[in-house]
Amino acid sequence: MLKLPIYLDNNATTPMDPRVLEAMTPYFLNHFGNAASRNHPFGWAAEEAVDYAREQVAKLIGADPKEIIFTSGATEADNLGIKGVFEMYANKGNHIITATTEHKAVLDTCKHIEKQGGEVTYLTVQPDGLIDLAELEAAIRPTTVLIAIMYANNEIGTVMPIKEISAIARKHGVLVFTDATQAVGKIPVDVNKDGIDLMAFTAHKMYGPKGVGALYVRRKNPRVKVTAQMDGGGHERGMRSGTLNVTGIVGFGKACELCMNEMESDAKRISVMRDKLENELMKIEEAYVNGSREHRLPHVANISFKHVEGEGLLMGFNKNIALSSGSACTSASLEPSYVLKALGLGDDLAHSSLRFGLSRFTTDEEIDYTIKSITDTVLKLREMSPLWEMYKEGIDLNTIEWAAH
Amino acid sequence: MAYSEKVIDHYQNPKNVGTLDKASKNVGTGLVGAPECGDVMRLQIEVNHETGMITDAKFKTFGCGSAIASSSLATEWLKGKSVDEALKIDNMTIVEELNLPPVKIHCSVLAEDAIKAAINDYREKNGMEKIKFEESVIH
Repeated sequence: MLKLPIYLDNNATTPMDPRVLEAMTPYFLNHFGNAASRNHPFGWAAEEAVDYAREQVAKLIGADPKEIIFTSGATEADNLGIKGVFEMYANKGNHIITATTEHKAVLDTCKHIEKQGGEVTYLTVQPDGLIDLAELEAAIRPTTVLIAIMYANNEIGTVMPIKEISAIARKHGVLVFTDATQAVGKIPVDVNKDGIDLMAFTAHKMYGPKGVGALYVRRKNPRVKVTAQMDGGGHERGMRSGTLNVTGIVGFGKACELCMNEMESDAKRISVMRDKLENELMKIEEAYVNGSREHRLPHVANISFKHVEGEGLLMGFNKNIALSSGSACTSASLEPSYVLKALGLGDDLAHSSLRFGLSRFTTDEEIDYTIKSITDTVLKLREMSPLWEMYKEGIDLNTIEWAAH
Repeated sequence: MAYSEKVIDHYQNPKNVGTLDKASKNVGTGLVGAPECGDVMRLQIEVNHETGMITDAKFKTFGCGSAIASSSLATEWLKGKSVDEALKIDNMTIVEELNLPPVKIHCSVLAEDAIKAAINDYREKNGMEKIKFEESVIH
Protein backbone atom coordinates (compact mmCIF):
# COMPACT_ATOMS: atom_id res chain seq x y z
CA MET A 1 0.00 0.00 0.00
CA LEU A 2 1.34 3.36 -1.02
CA LYS A 3 1.44 5.83 1.85
CA LEU A 4 1.57 9.53 1.15
CA PRO A 5 3.49 11.78 1.50
CA ILE A 6 6.58 10.10 0.10
CA TYR A 7 9.96 11.14 1.49
CA LEU A 8 12.70 11.51 -1.14
CA ASP A 9 14.78 14.21 0.52
CA ASN A 10 17.17 11.86 2.27
CA ASN A 11 20.20 14.05 1.57
CA ALA A 12 18.67 16.57 3.95
CA THR A 13 18.07 14.00 6.63
CA THR A 14 17.04 10.37 6.84
CA PRO A 15 14.26 8.93 8.96
CA MET A 16 15.55 7.08 12.00
CA ASP A 17 15.70 3.34 11.83
CA PRO A 18 13.37 1.94 14.53
CA ARG A 19 16.21 -0.34 15.65
CA VAL A 20 18.25 2.78 16.42
CA LEU A 21 15.50 4.21 18.56
CA GLU A 22 15.21 0.92 20.38
CA ALA A 23 18.90 1.01 21.26
CA MET A 24 18.62 4.60 22.47
CA THR A 25 15.53 4.32 24.63
CA PRO A 26 17.12 2.96 27.86
CA TYR A 27 19.59 5.85 27.86
CA PHE A 28 16.88 8.47 28.09
CA LEU A 29 15.48 7.18 31.38
CA ASN A 30 17.28 4.37 33.17
CA HIS A 31 20.87 4.97 32.14
CA PHE A 32 20.85 8.73 32.26
CA GLY A 33 24.30 9.10 33.81
CA ASN A 34 27.04 11.47 32.73
CA ALA A 35 29.74 9.53 30.93
CA ALA A 36 32.31 11.64 32.73
CA SER A 37 31.07 10.61 36.21
CA ARG A 38 33.77 8.17 37.20
CA ASN A 39 32.59 7.36 40.72
CA HIS A 40 29.25 5.59 40.43
CA PRO A 41 27.35 3.00 38.41
CA PHE A 42 25.30 5.64 36.56
CA GLY A 43 28.43 7.15 35.11
CA TRP A 44 29.96 3.74 34.43
CA ALA A 45 26.91 2.60 32.45
CA ALA A 46 26.99 5.75 30.37
CA GLU A 47 30.71 5.50 29.75
CA GLU A 48 30.41 1.88 28.77
CA ALA A 49 27.67 2.72 26.29
CA VAL A 50 29.77 5.51 24.78
CA ASP A 51 32.80 3.24 24.50
CA TYR A 52 30.75 0.62 22.73
CA ALA A 53 29.27 3.18 20.35
CA ARG A 54 32.73 4.57 19.66
CA GLU A 55 33.79 1.11 18.56
CA GLN A 56 30.74 0.74 16.31
CA VAL A 57 31.42 4.10 14.70
CA ALA A 58 35.15 3.44 14.30
CA LYS A 59 34.56 0.04 12.77
CA LEU A 60 32.36 1.41 10.01
CA ILE A 61 35.16 3.66 8.76
CA GLY A 62 38.09 1.36 9.53
CA ALA A 63 39.41 3.57 12.31
CA ASP A 64 40.63 3.04 15.85
CA PRO A 65 38.02 4.00 18.49
CA LYS A 66 40.51 6.47 19.97
CA GLU A 67 40.40 8.38 16.71
CA ILE A 68 36.70 9.29 17.04
CA ILE A 69 35.78 12.66 18.54
CA PHE A 70 32.06 12.99 19.09
CA THR A 71 30.52 16.33 18.16
CA SER A 72 27.06 17.81 17.78
CA GLY A 73 27.05 17.03 14.08
CA ALA A 74 28.95 17.42 10.84
CA THR A 75 28.96 21.21 10.88
CA GLU A 76 30.77 21.24 14.21
CA ALA A 77 33.13 18.52 13.00
CA ASP A 78 33.87 20.59 9.85
CA ASN A 79 34.64 23.61 12.00
CA LEU A 80 36.76 21.67 14.47
CA GLY A 81 38.67 19.81 11.78
CA ILE A 82 39.50 22.78 9.58
CA LYS A 83 39.95 25.53 12.15
CA GLY A 84 41.64 23.07 14.50
CA VAL A 85 44.28 22.16 11.90
CA PHE A 86 44.72 25.76 10.78
CA GLU A 87 45.49 26.84 14.33
CA MET A 88 47.52 23.77 15.35
CA TYR A 89 49.77 23.89 12.30
CA ALA A 90 50.15 27.66 12.15
CA ASN A 91 53.92 27.40 12.32
CA LYS A 92 53.95 25.20 9.21
CA GLY A 93 51.80 27.38 7.01
CA ASN A 94 48.49 29.11 6.52
CA HIS A 95 47.20 27.82 3.19
CA ILE A 96 44.17 25.58 2.67
CA ILE A 97 42.87 24.10 -0.58
CA THR A 98 39.18 23.37 -0.98
CA ALA A 99 36.60 23.34 -3.79
CA THR A 100 33.73 25.61 -4.78
CA THR A 101 31.14 22.82 -4.45
CA GLU A 102 31.80 22.13 -0.79
CA HIS A 103 29.03 22.41 1.79
CA LYS A 104 28.56 25.82 3.40
CA ALA A 105 29.90 24.42 6.68
CA VAL A 106 33.27 24.04 4.94
CA LEU A 107 33.12 27.11 2.70
CA ASP A 108 32.08 29.47 5.47
CA THR A 109 34.70 28.00 7.80
CA CYS A 110 37.30 28.73 5.10
CA LYS A 111 35.95 32.27 4.73
CA HIS A 112 36.39 32.69 8.48
CA ILE A 113 39.97 31.45 8.22
CA GLU A 114 40.66 33.99 5.48
CA LYS A 115 39.57 36.71 7.88
CA GLN A 116 42.05 35.29 10.41
CA GLY A 117 44.89 35.76 7.94
CA GLY A 118 44.70 32.37 6.28
CA GLU A 119 44.88 31.84 2.53
CA VAL A 120 42.41 29.61 0.76
CA THR A 121 42.39 28.27 -2.79
CA TYR A 122 38.92 27.35 -4.05
CA LEU A 123 39.29 24.81 -6.85
CA THR A 124 36.66 24.90 -9.56
CA VAL A 125 35.13 21.61 -10.61
CA GLN A 126 34.71 20.03 -14.02
CA PRO A 127 31.25 19.76 -15.61
CA ASP A 128 30.84 16.33 -13.98
CA GLY A 129 31.42 17.81 -10.53
CA LEU A 130 34.86 16.27 -9.98
CA ILE A 131 37.99 18.27 -9.30
CA ASP A 132 40.96 18.11 -11.64
CA LEU A 133 43.78 16.31 -9.80
CA ALA A 134 46.51 18.09 -11.75
CA GLU A 135 44.97 21.39 -10.76
CA LEU A 136 44.90 20.27 -7.14
CA GLU A 137 48.56 19.35 -7.18
CA ALA A 138 49.49 22.61 -8.88
CA ALA A 139 47.68 24.53 -6.14
CA ILE A 140 49.84 23.07 -3.37
CA ARG A 141 52.32 25.57 -1.92
CA PRO A 142 55.07 25.17 0.66
CA THR A 143 52.66 26.82 3.10
CA THR A 144 49.76 24.45 2.40
CA VAL A 145 48.64 22.69 5.56
CA LEU A 146 45.33 21.16 4.54
CA ILE A 147 43.34 19.91 1.58
CA ALA A 148 39.62 19.91 2.40
CA ILE A 149 37.60 18.09 -0.26
CA MET A 150 34.24 16.47 0.40
CA TYR A 151 33.79 12.74 -0.08
CA ALA A 152 30.44 13.03 -1.83
CA ASN A 153 28.42 16.06 -2.77
CA ASN A 154 25.14 16.74 -1.02
CA GLU A 155 23.32 18.13 -4.07
CA ILE A 156 24.47 15.93 -6.92
CA GLY A 157 25.93 12.94 -5.09
CA THR A 158 29.22 13.07 -7.01
CA VAL A 159 31.92 11.00 -5.26
CA MET A 160 35.35 12.63 -5.30
CA PRO A 161 38.53 10.61 -5.97
CA ILE A 162 39.59 10.78 -2.32
CA LYS A 163 42.23 8.07 -2.63
CA GLU A 164 43.97 9.92 -5.46
CA ILE A 165 43.62 13.21 -3.61
CA SER A 166 45.23 11.82 -0.48
CA ALA A 167 48.06 10.25 -2.49
CA ILE A 168 48.90 13.70 -3.86
CA ALA A 169 48.59 15.22 -0.39
CA ARG A 170 50.92 12.59 1.12
CA LYS A 171 53.53 13.28 -1.53
CA HIS A 172 53.60 16.91 -0.45
CA GLY A 173 53.21 16.35 3.28
CA VAL A 174 49.77 17.98 3.38
CA LEU A 175 46.91 16.76 5.58
CA VAL A 176 43.59 15.65 4.07
CA PHE A 177 40.27 16.59 5.59
CA THR A 178 37.05 15.29 4.06
CA ASP A 179 33.45 16.07 4.80
CA ALA A 180 31.98 12.60 4.35
CA THR A 181 28.52 13.43 5.66
CA GLN A 182 26.72 12.03 2.61
CA ALA A 183 29.06 9.10 2.03
CA VAL A 184 29.55 7.32 5.35
CA GLY A 185 27.02 4.53 5.74
CA LYS A 186 26.07 4.68 2.06
CA ILE A 187 29.29 3.56 0.38
CA PRO A 188 32.41 1.92 1.82
CA VAL A 189 34.61 4.55 3.43
CA ASP A 190 37.90 3.41 4.97
CA VAL A 191 40.13 6.08 6.45
CA ASN A 192 43.26 3.97 5.95
CA LYS A 193 42.62 2.74 2.43
CA ASP A 194 41.45 6.23 1.48
CA GLY A 195 44.37 7.95 3.22
CA ILE A 196 42.16 10.34 5.17
CA ASP A 197 43.62 12.33 8.09
CA LEU A 198 40.47 14.03 9.31
CA MET A 199 36.85 13.29 8.46
CA ALA A 200 33.51 14.79 9.44
CA PHE A 201 30.28 12.81 9.40
CA THR A 202 26.94 12.69 11.15
CA ALA A 203 24.32 10.27 12.42
CA HIS A 204 21.16 11.79 10.96
CA LYS A 205 22.14 11.14 7.34
CA MET A 206 22.48 7.42 8.05
CA TYR A 207 19.24 6.61 9.87
CA GLY A 208 20.52 7.83 13.22
CA PRO A 209 19.38 10.72 15.42
CA LYS A 210 20.00 14.42 14.79
CA GLY A 211 22.40 16.34 17.01
CA VAL A 212 25.31 13.94 17.01
CA GLY A 213 28.24 13.54 14.67
CA ALA A 214 31.94 12.83 14.74
CA LEU A 215 35.31 14.03 13.65
CA TYR A 216 37.80 11.34 12.83
CA VAL A 217 41.33 12.45 13.73
CA ARG A 218 44.22 10.20 12.67
CA ARG A 219 46.51 9.08 15.47
CA LYS A 220 49.24 7.29 13.52
CA ASN A 221 51.14 8.00 10.31
CA PRO A 222 50.92 10.88 10.85
CA ARG A 223 49.63 11.73 14.31
CA VAL A 224 47.24 14.60 13.71
CA LYS A 225 46.24 17.15 16.29
CA VAL A 226 43.58 19.82 16.28
CA THR A 227 43.20 22.85 18.50
CA ALA A 228 39.99 22.67 20.51
CA GLN A 229 37.35 25.18 19.44
CA MET A 230 35.41 25.07 22.68
CA ASP A 231 36.78 25.50 26.18
CA GLY A 232 35.59 23.42 29.09
CA GLY A 233 36.03 20.12 30.86
CA GLY A 234 38.45 18.62 28.37
CA HIS A 235 36.21 15.82 27.10
CA GLU A 236 37.11 13.80 24.04
CA ARG A 237 40.82 13.88 24.80
CA GLY A 238 40.70 17.61 25.18
CA MET A 239 39.57 18.21 21.62
CA ARG A 240 35.90 18.74 22.27
CA SER A 241 34.66 19.80 25.67
CA GLY A 242 31.04 19.37 26.64
CA THR A 243 29.04 16.62 28.34
CA LEU A 244 28.64 13.76 25.92
CA ASN A 245 25.27 13.28 24.29
CA VAL A 246 25.11 9.69 25.49
CA THR A 247 21.71 8.83 24.01
CA GLY A 248 22.61 10.33 20.66
CA ILE A 249 25.99 8.61 20.65
CA VAL A 250 24.36 5.26 21.40
CA GLY A 251 22.00 5.82 18.46
CA PHE A 252 24.88 6.90 16.23
CA GLY A 253 26.74 3.70 17.11
CA LYS A 254 23.73 1.53 16.37
CA ALA A 255 23.15 3.34 13.08
CA CYS A 256 26.79 2.67 12.11
CA GLU A 257 26.48 -0.99 13.00
CA LEU A 258 23.35 -1.34 10.86
CA CYS A 259 25.03 0.41 7.94
CA MET A 260 28.07 -1.81 8.34
CA ASN A 261 25.88 -4.89 7.98
CA GLU A 262 23.35 -3.64 5.46
CA MET A 263 25.09 -1.00 3.36
CA GLU A 264 25.98 -3.34 0.54
CA SER A 265 22.53 -4.87 0.12
CA ASP A 266 20.86 -1.49 0.68
CA ALA A 267 23.02 0.13 -1.98
CA LYS A 268 22.21 -2.56 -4.51
CA ARG A 269 18.48 -2.32 -3.99
CA ILE A 270 18.39 1.46 -3.79
CA SER A 271 20.51 1.98 -6.89
CA VAL A 272 18.10 -0.18 -8.92
CA MET A 273 15.23 2.10 -7.85
CA ARG A 274 17.32 5.24 -8.44
CA ASP A 275 18.25 4.06 -11.93
CA LYS A 276 14.64 3.29 -12.75
CA LEU A 277 13.54 6.71 -11.51
CA GLU A 278 16.28 8.41 -13.47
CA ASN A 279 15.83 6.44 -16.68
CA GLU A 280 12.07 6.99 -16.71
CA LEU A 281 12.40 10.71 -16.02
CA MET A 282 15.08 11.00 -18.69
CA LYS A 283 12.44 9.93 -21.20
CA ILE A 284 11.00 13.39 -20.80
CA GLU A 285 12.31 15.67 -23.54
CA GLU A 286 15.10 18.06 -22.52
CA ALA A 287 15.86 16.45 -19.17
CA TYR A 288 19.46 16.40 -17.98
CA VAL A 289 21.28 14.57 -15.20
CA ASN A 290 23.56 16.88 -13.23
CA GLY A 291 26.98 15.64 -12.17
CA SER A 292 28.84 12.44 -12.92
CA ARG A 293 26.59 9.41 -13.33
CA GLU A 294 29.54 7.10 -12.92
CA HIS A 295 31.17 8.47 -9.78
CA ARG A 296 28.05 8.88 -7.74
CA LEU A 297 26.32 7.81 -4.56
CA PRO A 298 23.86 4.98 -5.21
CA HIS A 299 20.84 6.79 -3.81
CA VAL A 300 21.12 10.24 -5.37
CA ALA A 301 19.90 11.76 -8.63
CA ASN A 302 19.81 15.40 -9.63
CA ILE A 303 17.87 16.19 -12.77
CA SER A 304 17.07 19.43 -14.58
CA PHE A 305 13.92 19.76 -16.65
CA LYS A 306 14.63 22.55 -19.07
CA HIS A 307 12.15 25.43 -19.36
CA VAL A 308 10.31 24.52 -16.17
CA GLU A 309 11.14 26.33 -12.96
CA GLY A 310 12.06 24.15 -9.98
CA GLU A 311 9.89 25.69 -7.33
CA GLY A 312 6.88 25.82 -9.61
CA LEU A 313 7.57 22.19 -10.38
CA LEU A 314 7.76 21.22 -6.70
CA MET A 315 4.45 22.90 -6.08
CA GLY A 316 2.80 20.42 -8.43
CA PHE A 317 3.42 17.53 -6.08
CA ASN A 318 5.05 18.67 -2.86
CA LYS A 319 1.97 17.82 -0.84
CA ASN A 320 2.65 14.20 -1.73
CA ILE A 321 6.37 13.99 -2.51
CA ALA A 322 9.10 15.59 -0.42
CA LEU A 323 11.94 16.70 -2.67
CA SER A 324 14.25 19.63 -2.92
CA SER A 325 15.10 21.94 -5.78
CA GLY A 326 18.26 23.76 -6.81
CA SER A 327 16.11 26.78 -7.47
CA ALA A 328 16.38 29.37 -4.78
CA CYS A 329 13.10 31.05 -5.49
CA THR A 330 12.02 30.11 -1.99
CA SER A 331 14.80 32.11 -0.43
CA ALA A 332 15.06 35.86 -0.72
CA SER A 333 18.29 35.69 -2.68
CA LEU A 334 16.87 34.42 -6.00
CA GLU A 335 20.27 32.87 -6.61
CA PRO A 336 20.03 29.27 -7.75
CA SER A 337 22.27 26.50 -6.38
CA TYR A 338 25.95 27.46 -6.34
CA VAL A 339 26.85 23.81 -6.76
CA LEU A 340 24.94 23.49 -10.02
CA LYS A 341 26.36 26.79 -11.24
CA ALA A 342 29.86 25.52 -10.40
CA LEU A 343 29.25 22.65 -12.84
CA GLY A 344 28.83 25.29 -15.52
CA LEU A 345 25.06 25.02 -15.71
CA GLY A 346 23.32 28.16 -16.88
CA ASP A 347 21.03 29.80 -14.38
CA ASP A 348 18.05 28.53 -16.37
CA LEU A 349 19.01 24.87 -15.93
CA ALA A 350 20.08 25.43 -12.33
CA HIS A 351 16.62 26.90 -11.66
CA SER A 352 15.02 23.82 -13.22
CA SER A 353 16.54 21.10 -11.09
CA LEU A 354 15.20 18.55 -8.65
CA ARG A 355 17.27 16.57 -6.16
CA PHE A 356 16.21 13.04 -5.34
CA GLY A 357 17.60 11.23 -2.31
CA LEU A 358 16.37 7.69 -1.79
CA SER A 359 16.74 5.66 1.39
CA ARG A 360 16.65 2.22 2.91
CA PHE A 361 12.90 2.73 3.34
CA THR A 362 12.07 3.79 -0.22
CA THR A 363 9.74 1.40 -2.04
CA ASP A 364 9.08 0.53 -5.68
CA GLU A 365 5.53 1.84 -5.38
CA GLU A 366 6.86 5.18 -4.22
CA ILE A 367 9.22 5.37 -7.17
CA ASP A 368 6.43 4.52 -9.63
CA TYR A 369 4.17 7.16 -8.13
CA THR A 370 6.99 9.72 -8.25
CA ILE A 371 7.80 9.02 -11.89
CA LYS A 372 4.20 9.54 -12.93
CA SER A 373 3.62 12.57 -10.76
CA ILE A 374 6.72 14.39 -11.91
CA THR A 375 6.26 13.52 -15.56
CA ASP A 376 2.68 14.85 -15.47
CA THR A 377 3.72 18.06 -13.73
CA VAL A 378 6.62 18.76 -16.08
CA LEU A 379 4.40 18.29 -19.13
CA LYS A 380 1.65 20.46 -17.64
CA LEU A 381 4.04 23.27 -16.74
CA ARG A 382 5.70 23.17 -20.12
CA GLU A 383 2.32 23.79 -21.72
CA MET A 384 2.31 26.90 -19.55
CA SER A 385 5.94 27.91 -20.18
CA PRO A 386 6.70 30.66 -22.69
CA LEU A 387 10.28 29.38 -22.86
CA TRP A 388 9.13 25.94 -23.89
CA GLU A 389 6.94 27.47 -26.61
CA MET A 390 9.85 29.52 -27.93
CA TYR A 391 12.12 26.51 -27.80
CA LYS A 392 9.57 24.51 -29.79
CA GLU A 393 9.37 27.31 -32.36
CA GLY A 394 13.11 27.04 -32.78
CA ILE A 395 13.92 30.38 -31.17
CA ASP A 396 17.36 30.52 -29.58
CA LEU A 397 16.63 31.84 -26.10
CA ASN A 398 20.13 33.24 -25.84
CA THR A 399 19.39 35.71 -28.63
CA ILE A 400 16.54 37.32 -26.71
CA GLU A 401 17.25 40.48 -24.84
CA TRP A 402 15.63 39.76 -21.52
CA ALA A 403 14.29 42.70 -19.58
CA ALA A 404 16.64 43.36 -16.72
CA HIS A 405 14.92 42.17 -13.61
CA MET B 1 6.72 27.85 2.56
CA ALA B 2 2.99 27.51 2.60
CA TYR B 3 1.10 29.05 -0.28
CA SER B 4 -2.24 30.77 0.11
CA GLU B 5 -5.29 28.91 -1.11
CA LYS B 6 -5.76 31.41 -3.92
CA VAL B 7 -2.24 30.84 -5.20
CA ILE B 8 -2.76 27.09 -5.09
CA ASP B 9 -6.06 27.42 -6.92
CA HIS B 10 -4.56 29.51 -9.73
CA TYR B 11 -1.62 27.12 -9.95
CA GLN B 12 -3.86 24.07 -10.21
CA ASN B 13 -6.48 25.68 -12.42
CA PRO B 14 -4.72 28.49 -14.23
CA LYS B 15 -7.04 30.82 -16.12
CA ASN B 16 -6.33 31.84 -19.70
CA VAL B 17 -3.19 29.90 -20.45
CA GLY B 18 -2.39 30.23 -24.11
CA THR B 19 -1.15 32.22 -27.02
CA LEU B 20 -2.73 34.97 -29.12
CA ASP B 21 -1.52 35.81 -32.61
CA LYS B 22 1.52 37.97 -31.99
CA ALA B 23 1.37 39.34 -35.54
CA SER B 24 -2.20 40.59 -35.25
CA LYS B 25 -2.52 44.37 -35.01
CA ASN B 26 -4.98 44.26 -32.16
CA VAL B 27 -2.82 41.98 -30.02
CA GLY B 28 -0.27 43.40 -27.62
CA THR B 29 2.44 41.14 -26.18
CA GLY B 30 4.49 41.75 -23.06
CA LEU B 31 7.45 39.49 -22.31
CA VAL B 32 9.17 40.26 -19.02
CA GLY B 33 11.62 38.64 -16.62
CA ALA B 34 14.58 36.48 -17.50
CA PRO B 35 15.34 32.76 -17.34
CA GLU B 36 18.37 33.55 -15.15
CA CYS B 37 16.11 35.05 -12.52
CA GLY B 38 13.86 32.02 -12.50
CA ASP B 39 10.81 33.73 -13.94
CA VAL B 40 9.62 34.79 -17.36
CA MET B 41 6.08 36.00 -18.00
CA ARG B 42 4.41 36.48 -21.34
CA LEU B 43 1.11 38.29 -21.20
CA GLN B 44 -1.00 39.10 -24.24
CA ILE B 45 -4.06 41.27 -24.69
CA GLU B 46 -6.47 41.52 -27.57
CA VAL B 47 -7.97 44.96 -27.94
CA ASN B 48 -11.04 46.11 -29.81
CA HIS B 49 -9.86 49.16 -31.76
CA GLU B 50 -13.30 50.75 -31.77
CA THR B 51 -14.09 50.54 -28.10
CA GLY B 52 -10.61 50.39 -26.59
CA MET B 53 -11.76 47.41 -24.57
CA ILE B 54 -9.65 44.33 -23.85
CA THR B 55 -11.61 41.43 -25.30
CA ASP B 56 -9.19 38.63 -24.49
CA ALA B 57 -6.04 38.00 -22.45
CA LYS B 58 -3.68 35.05 -22.35
CA PHE B 59 -0.51 34.19 -20.50
CA LYS B 60 2.32 31.74 -20.31
CA THR B 61 4.70 31.81 -17.36
CA PHE B 62 7.95 30.11 -16.44
CA GLY B 63 8.29 30.50 -12.71
CA CYS B 64 7.19 29.57 -9.27
CA GLY B 65 3.58 29.11 -8.17
CA SER B 66 3.25 32.75 -7.16
CA ALA B 67 4.43 33.93 -10.58
CA ILE B 68 1.96 31.62 -12.30
CA ALA B 69 -0.85 32.76 -10.00
CA SER B 70 0.00 36.46 -10.47
CA SER B 71 -0.17 36.20 -14.24
CA SER B 72 -3.27 34.04 -14.19
CA LEU B 73 -5.01 36.59 -11.97
CA ALA B 74 -3.83 39.46 -14.17
CA THR B 75 -5.43 37.93 -17.27
CA GLU B 76 -8.69 37.52 -15.38
CA TRP B 77 -8.68 41.15 -14.37
CA LEU B 78 -7.70 42.40 -17.81
CA LYS B 79 -10.58 40.85 -19.68
CA GLY B 80 -13.43 43.31 -20.06
CA LYS B 81 -11.38 46.29 -18.92
CA SER B 82 -10.51 49.24 -21.11
CA VAL B 83 -6.83 49.77 -21.84
CA ASP B 84 -6.90 52.88 -19.65
CA GLU B 85 -8.36 50.94 -16.75
CA ALA B 86 -5.81 48.17 -17.26
CA LEU B 87 -3.02 50.68 -16.80
CA LYS B 88 -4.25 51.28 -13.29
CA ILE B 89 -3.70 47.69 -12.13
CA ASP B 90 -1.18 47.96 -9.36
CA ASN B 91 1.07 45.15 -8.20
CA MET B 92 0.01 45.65 -4.59
CA THR B 93 -3.58 44.76 -5.43
CA ILE B 94 -2.26 41.46 -6.78
CA VAL B 95 -0.23 40.96 -3.60
CA GLU B 96 -3.33 41.55 -1.50
CA GLU B 97 -5.61 39.39 -3.57
CA LEU B 98 -3.19 36.43 -3.54
CA ASN B 99 -1.78 36.99 -0.04
CA LEU B 100 1.75 36.92 -1.38
CA PRO B 101 4.52 36.91 1.23
CA PRO B 102 7.26 39.57 0.99
CA VAL B 103 9.71 37.31 -0.88
CA LYS B 104 7.12 36.85 -3.61
CA ILE B 105 6.26 40.49 -4.19
CA HIS B 106 8.53 40.51 -7.22
CA CYS B 107 6.08 38.09 -8.89
CA SER B 108 3.35 40.71 -8.70
CA VAL B 109 5.72 43.40 -9.95
CA LEU B 110 6.49 41.18 -12.89
CA ALA B 111 2.78 40.83 -13.65
CA GLU B 112 2.30 44.60 -13.54
CA ASP B 113 5.30 45.06 -15.81
CA ALA B 114 3.90 42.47 -18.21
CA ILE B 115 0.58 44.33 -18.44
CA LYS B 116 2.36 47.60 -19.18
CA ALA B 117 4.63 45.96 -21.73
CA ALA B 118 1.66 44.39 -23.50
CA ILE B 119 -0.18 47.71 -23.63
CA ASN B 120 2.88 49.48 -24.99
CA ASP B 121 3.35 46.81 -27.61
CA TYR B 122 -0.26 47.29 -28.68
CA ARG B 123 0.15 51.08 -28.78
CA GLU B 124 3.34 50.88 -30.79
CA LYS B 125 1.78 48.54 -33.33
CA ASN B 126 -1.06 50.97 -33.81
CA GLY B 127 1.03 54.09 -34.24
CA MET B 128 0.60 55.43 -30.75
CA GLU B 129 3.45 56.66 -28.63
CA LYS B 130 4.75 54.28 -25.94
CA ILE B 131 3.92 55.30 -22.41
CA LYS B 132 6.97 55.93 -20.29
CA PHE B 133 6.60 54.20 -16.95
CA GLU B 134 8.59 54.94 -13.90
CA GLU B 135 10.95 52.13 -13.07
CA SER B 136 9.44 49.65 -10.68
CA VAL B 137 10.94 49.94 -7.27
CA ILE B 138 11.13 46.31 -6.27
CA HIS B 139 13.13 44.19 -8.65
